[in-house]
This record gives sequence, structure tokens and C-alpha cells, in this order.
Amino acid sequence: MFEDRYSLAFKLYPYKRSADQDADTVVRHPVVVVGGGPIGLATALDLGRQGVPVVLLDDHEGVGMGSRAICFAKRTLDIADRWGCGTAMLDKGVVWNVGRVFQDDRQVFEFNLQPEEGHANPAFINLQQPFFEKFIFEQICEEQRKGAPIEIRGKNRVDHVASFDDHVVLEVATPEGPYTLEAEWVVGCDGASSPLRGMLGLGFEGRVFEDSFLIADIKMTSDDFPTERWFWFEPYFKSGASTLLHKQPDDIWRVDFQIGWDVDRAEELKEENIRRRLDAMLGGDVEYEIVWSSIYTFQCRRMEKFRHGRVLFAGDSAHQVSPFGARGANSGIQDVDNLGWKLGLVVRGIAPEQLLDTYDDERIFAADENILNSTRATEFITPKSKVSHTFRNAVLKLAEQHAFARPMVNSGRLSVPCVYDASPLNGPDDLPDGPEQTRVGSSCKDAPLGDGFLLQQLGDDFAVLALNTEVPTSIQVGDIPVRTVAVATSDESFGALSERYLGAAKSAVYLIRPDQHVAGRWSTFDETAVHAATLKACGRD
Amino acid sequence: MAKLITHPNMASPDDFYADLIAAHEGKSDAESEAFNARLILVLANHIGDQAVLKEALVASQ
Repeated sequence: MFEDRYSLAFKLYPYKRSADQDADTVVRHPVVVVGGGPIGLATALDLGRQGVPVVLLDDHEGVGMGSRAICFAKRTLDIADRWGCGTAMLDKGVVWNVGRVFQDDRQVFEFNLQPEEGHANPAFINLQQPFFEKFIFEQICEEQRKGAPIEIRGKNRVDHVASFDDHVVLEVATPEGPYTLEAEWVVGCDGASSPLRGMLGLGFEGRVFEDSFLIADIKMTSDDFPTERWFWFEPYFKSGASTLLHKQPDDIWRVDFQIGWDVDRAEELKEENIRRRLDAMLGGDVEYEIVWSSIYTFQCRRMEKFRHGRVLFAGDSAHQVSPFGARGANSGIQDVDNLGWKLGLVVRGIAPEQLLDTYDDERIFAADENILNSTRATEFITPKSKVSHTFRNAVLKLAEQHAFARPMVNSGRLSVPCVYDASPLNGPDDLPDGPEQTRVGSSCKDAPLGDGFLLQQLGDDFAVLALNTEVPTSIQVGDIPVRTVAVATSDESFGALSERYLGAAKSAVYLIRPDQHVAGRWSTFDETAVHAATLKACGRD
Repeated sequence: MAKLITHPNMASPDDFYADLIAAHEGKSDAESEAFNARLILVLANHIGDQAVLKEALVASQ
């Protein structure tokens, strides 16, 4: 039997019989991705763009219904720009910068995320997850037209997996019966309840938070609510212990009520009961339509390791956080960004497979940072003891009057890219007086450059960025191509670039990885040092 | 004259807040209340300046 577990927002890749199902001998592919959510699709896109043949297996034929993830961070948009689908997301998404925090009927304070000037992308956009996935899929189609070896197989469900030293065997169910497939590498992107993880008997331990949240996405045209993030602690309208209101495209608003642990889900999800909460919040005479509703609970947890031999896990299948801070999908995209180039180099025989262990090093470090931040936000939003509740309300009360208490108000620490300070791939940080924000391990900060922006010019390969110093027009480190971008910061139009990459230094040379993280930096170009750092960043030292 | 600092003055408020809540873990309400009282006295002694402490008493009302 092959039944859908959920209904689709967009049917994108209907089941089609593949040649593998009729092959006399089992076909082996370099990479098989399991799961067609945002992380699986993005993994296929990243690898395919590198020319690495990839087969994606999804047990559905497209994108599931429901807005789910809605906040996409600047770093995600920067990565999507590299893939070619950032503009579509930005055009459809709702840009927002201002957030307000309320307690009861009082505003505690407001914040503005408006980033400093000189970035191609805003701090955040709101966009329903189905659109985010659809834009990635459309970019996959675009890359396929250009010859990228990406194949997506709908209604292909992995039912059994066996992992060996140099390959993985997958038993795949389809509407026309099962077949067997082999892969040199498997990337598991099949979500928080990952069947793949279960089939391999791998644990997923962590902390359960005893609270439920009711999401209602409503369509309303209202001028009463601006494009801002509004968060209430203990709201006067009593529709939840906390409530979030946030705008999405197409006049859709996300409302998220904290409704307690011990709830009758079926009862709470009845339209009349959802409407009772919404009416109390919006005032009785506002017209709206409920387009999606759901009750969720969450855990903060991760796998002990994300690499298990030939199988690698990314996104929610590897780590799960609370939604406060938008650290779920955004961190998953950073996983893909980190794993993509490493797996690409390994498959093409340019880097040793030990490079993949640094995916564990770097992304487990990131997952722990995300879990810590989202756990703290959860503790603040849903205090678990009387004294914790007392302190929380003390902070909110003080924050109205005193600036010092405002940084303690925690309605979610919004996703920012992780800095891989202790990564084994890091080369020398040999730029005295260089800016802290572009230190080795950090993701490159954007800045205006020529008619465009810096990040757009760094591309998908290793790059050397040279400011006010000579570099060769191209560099080849063995079989690793390294592009060069040389800039003379001659006038004030380079102010942002100078501030972010030079600081007090007169000149600088940055070695930048394919995921646009800094691998090393120096005052001037030293060919031997750049070669050594490039090899180190590929796990070849 | 010394003045009460009311602008943000901690490198990582989130770290402090987490430690504060963790310090109360496993305590009964009465034990937490007593702990808070001791904490206030310890911090007050560290501040020392009576003028600053008076301002703090007003700011917390």
C-alpha cells in the first residue's frame, strides 16, 4: 500500500517509473538524498550544481500543506542567492525589521533588526515554507535544463537500509512495487521523526518541553496590524499564556497561541474554539478566514553524531529546536551549505572522506548553539517554576523603564550564522587589527562592491579576496580551483567593505571556502600560506 | 557622585539569566525566596555605596 501521510500544497514530481526499477543488476549512485523537504531539495540542488550526480527519494510527490517554517534569515537568503533562487524568495517574501514585545496590555519595548547598510539581503523575510521549497525546486528544474545531474523520484519510500564500508543498500517501495538501489553516500533529510534514523537504530535524545502551541494562519486584510513581529507575554485577551502575531505574504497572518500541556487536541482544533481565541485577540468585528491550523509540541535534541559512515544526517533529522528564534529551517540550510561542498569534493576524489568528519565538528557545534539559545527562549516564554516565572515578570516590568533589562527579554534569539571558531579546517588568523566580525571561522559579511555586492562575486569555489594588495588573477592549488577577487578600497564607496574586512589594517588577503566561511586571513598575499590553508580546509594536510 | 547603572552592563545577559534560573533548580518556593534574599545582600555588599543602593531600591519599586 502507498498512501499519503499528508496532503500537498504543490504536486511537483509525480511518480514516474525509473530505469533502475527494470535494471538487471542493482544500480549504484554516487549520492542518494532521502527526503524531499527544504533540506533534501537544497542538498540535491547544491550537489547537482557542482555536477555531482544525485538522486532524491521522497515518499510524496511534492510539497506538503501548511505554512510551518515562516521566518527565513539573511544567511539563508545569502546561501539561496549563491544557488540562484534568493531573488524569487525575496520578491515573494515579506521583509520585516521591527518587533514589539507586550505584557498584558502594555508594550514592554520594541526592537529593530534593520541591519547596517550595505547588504544585498534584509535581516529576515517571512515566507510560507511551501513557497520556499517550491523556489528551490524551480531552481533544480533550471539547473536540470543546464545539464545538472539531479533526479527526483516521487512516491519512492525507503523501507530498509543497510550500511557498508563503501556503500549503502536501500530497499525502496513504489506504487508499482519495490526495488533495490545502492549509493556511495546517503544524506538523510527526512525530518524530525526520520524513518532513516530509526532504520539505522540511531538515538535522538533530548529535552521535552511540556507545553502545546496552537498555530492559526488566517487571511485578513487589516490596517490595524503593521508588518512587525508582535509578541505578548500573558496577553490581556487571555487567548494563550503567550501569543505571537506575524505577517506572511498574501495577507496571511501567523498567530501562535501557547495553550498549555494537558489539552484535548481535537477539541482545541475545532474551528469554533480557534475562533474564540482569535476573536478575543482581534476584537469581535474583524473578518478573517482560517487557512491552516495545527497544534505542536517540541523537543530540543540532537543526534550524538551527524555522520554515520556513509550516511549523513542534515536538518531536523539531525537536530531539533523549539521554534523560538527561527533556528530550525535556517540551521538546516546552513547544514546543507556546510555539507554540500565537502561531499562534492569527496565524491570527485579531491578531498579525503575524513573531510566529512568536519561536517560533524562544525554543525554539531552549531546545533548546540541553536539548542542552547532556543532552550533559553523557551524557559523565558514558558517558565517552568514559580521562581522562574517571578524573575521573568520582573524582567518584563523593569524593561519598560530601564534599558538594562531589555536584553534579558527573550522571546526568541533570532537565527544568526554560526562562527566555527574551533574548526579543524581553520587556517591562520594573521591579520593584526583585522575586524572581529570577519575572523577565521565566520561567514563572510556582505558589502557593496561595484554594481552589486561582495557575496555574489565570491561564487561556489574557494576564493581569495584581496584588499589593497596584489594577487595573481587565478590560483590553482593542485586540482582545487581558487578564484581571486581583488579590490582597491580607493574611495568612500568602499566604506562598508573596509570596515568589515580591513578594520585598522592597511591591506588584507582572505581565503574563503565554498560555503563562504573564512578559512584564513593575512596582511599580504603569501602563495605558500594560501596553498597550505586551502589544503587544510579540504582536510588534506 | 556614583550613580546606579541602568543601561545594559553585562557582556552576556542570557548567560547570567540562565545561571540565575539554574541556581534555583530543585529548591522549594521558601528556599528560593531565602536564596534570593541572600543574593540581594551579597550583591548589595559588593556595591557598597549607600547612594547607589538607595537608587536601586527606588528603581525596583
